[in-house]
Amino acid sequence: MEYLEIIGAIVTLIGAMFILFAGIGLLRMPDIYNRIQAGTKASTLGSMLTLLGIGLIHPDWLLKIVLLIIFILISNPVSSHVLGRAAHFIKVPLSSRTAVDKLAEDEDRVTQSK
Amino acid sequence: MKFKGIFVVFVMLLAIWLVLNNTLQMAPLLIGAGVSLLLSVVLCTKCSVFNDIRLTPKTFYYTLVYLGVFIVELVKSNFDIAMRVLNPALPINPGIIKAETILKSKMARLILANSITLTPGTFTIDIKENILYIHCVHIDGDNTEKYAQSIVRKFEKYLEVLYG
Repeated sequence: MEYLEIIGAIVTLIGAMFILFAGIGLLRMPDIYNRIQAGTKASTLGSMLTLLGIGLIHPDWLLKIVLLIIFILISNPVSSHVLGRAAHFIKVPLSSRTAVDKLAEDEDRVTQSK
Repeated sequence: MKFKGIFVVFVMLLAIWLVLNNTLQMAPLLIGAGVSLLLSVVLCTKCSVFNDIRLTPKTFYYTLVYLGVFIVELVKSNFDIAMRVLNPALPINPGIIKAETILKSKMARLILANSITLTPGTFTIDIKENILYIHCVHIDGDNTEKYAQSIVRKFEKYLEVLYG
């Protein structure tokens, strides 16, 4: 029983570290798209591990926590996709370090041919 | 073949209900089964999203393999992004690239796009027919076409077996 609590605490700590990296990423990344990358997704593994750690400390909750993790896995990509799509749609500029933007190239071609 | 979609949704709803209740007593089980059946019939008689799933023993095996591959990718790319964020030089080479998929069914494309979005470093901005536009934090090498194919191919080969 005590071992499980220690393992759960360590897993929660690792999860919290990933959320910290996500926060640092939010500050350091140059434009909105890279911030979405750092902010929404380093936190996916972070929140999954944090919840899993709590589940290990309280084994009765484990099944419900697995359900929570599944909901995070379903809702997280949808929200970050919608944010990114909306940002590109209203033409938020990409950072100067961006190599290529195939989507803008293709959309320009469509509007020119109309 | 609308029954398959209804059946899949019914099983999913009932499983979630049972996990939330955490019991196998008769009364909650019957109520859950009744409500799940009603909901799945009402919601899924016109929806065709789940009809592409192939229900064979092979499906379960490949679903497990897919989950394994996905979790390994998730952990790997999380470490990759963490390293890039903590590196003082911030070694990124971002860009939006174009990848074609061979998957036909809507559900399979949805899962592919969500898997790409969930692995950090890449996220799907838009899907047009069979073309995915993916934003990458770091594009490896000069050949963007080849890199785009390598991202899609990782998940595609398993989803192809599941959905065709």
